[in-house]
Amino acid sequence: MGSWNLWVWILGAAVLCYALKLAGYLIPAEKLESPRVTRVAGVITIGLLASLTVVNAFADGQTLAVDARLAALLAGAIALKLRAPYIVVVIVGAAAAAGARLLGMA
Amino acid sequence: MSESFAPVRLRTSPGFRVGISITAAVGIYGVSFGALATTSGLTVIQACALSLLMFTGGSQFAFIGVVAGGGTGAAALAAATLLGLRNGVYGMQLNVLLRPRSLLAKLGHAQITIDESTATASGQSSAREQRIGFLTAGIGIFGAWNAFTLLGALAGDAIGDPKAFGLDGAAVAAFLGLLWPRLKGREPVVIAVVCGLVTALAVPFLPPGLPIIVAALVAGLIGWFSQGPRDEGLEPDVDPYPGPHTSGTA
Repeated sequence: MGSWNLWVWILGAAVLCYALKLAGYLIPAEKLESPRVTRVAGVITIGLLASLTVVNAFADGQTLAVDARLAALLAGAIALKLRAPYIVVVIVGAAAAAGARLLGMA
Repeated sequence: MSESFAPVRLRTSPGFRVGISITAAVGIYGVSFGALATTSGLTVIQACALSLLMFTGGSQFAFIGVVAGGGTGAAALAAATLLGLRNGVYGMQLNVLLRPRSLLAKLGHAQITIDESTATASGQSSAREQRIGFLTAGIGIFGAWNAFTLLGALAGDAIGDPKAFGLDGAAVAAFLGLLWPRLKGREPVVIAVVCGLVTALAVPFLPPGLPIIVAALVAGLIGWFSQGPRDEGLEPDVDPYPGPHTSGTA
């Protein structure tokens, strides 16, 4: 994708994300604040993050692949279980993938 | 307002202290965003533009995550926007809590409305500490996040190859790390597993990027039709108030 073409989507997405934040301040709470709206926003957050995790761990274009990224997923989960800070979790993920490749995984 | 921000009083302000410590914890991981953004194919300036203008970590990671997987700009925009929905909810809560009066104040508050500034404000018990906590965390993280994004973007640009140093593994851990704090209890785990499976099933049949949007729609339907705690999924990536209690002063 050309970097100029990408700019359009970057700026568009930034405007939309800001508009969502601002809408909360401008729209009267009683119009929007319902348990259902709040719940949908929360569940979508969980669903999207789970989906992004799976895509980044297993998708290779339109095929599913098990490769060194699986090691990153497992190592990251262990680090999180041990309550490691976020930045440590990210570094552990990188180290695990790099290590798995050294051991011959794709 | 000016007297309540006098430096002498800030030192003893719990809202200020929590805001500073959350800034230190969250700001640094701008490095991982910057590095992954440039290895995903963004330029350094594009990575910095996302942090400056979008300024909501989850959406920024979603945007580059879709681009890295070969998805279109439109799919990246959709994923980022859907993940930004919760900020609208935060905006409503903060509007009630902090009551910014002028339009200018609302415009400013909106830009720094993110998981962590909201959580910092909601954890304080007095109106004054809520405001100080929100502003300290919001402005502090904004500054640190942007500085560290630039640093990471330059590093990622120098590295270039997304597989070098296991950076593709770093991305996997980064998303898992964003998801993890939201998996409190059995129900969110089930939602995550269902959406993860939907994604995996959709990958072979849809162009890159779209499986993520399909999973978001499935999640939206689950949220619409099911019962559950109303704040589920709205936990901050880094909890300003770690430990068993979730409110009160730190």
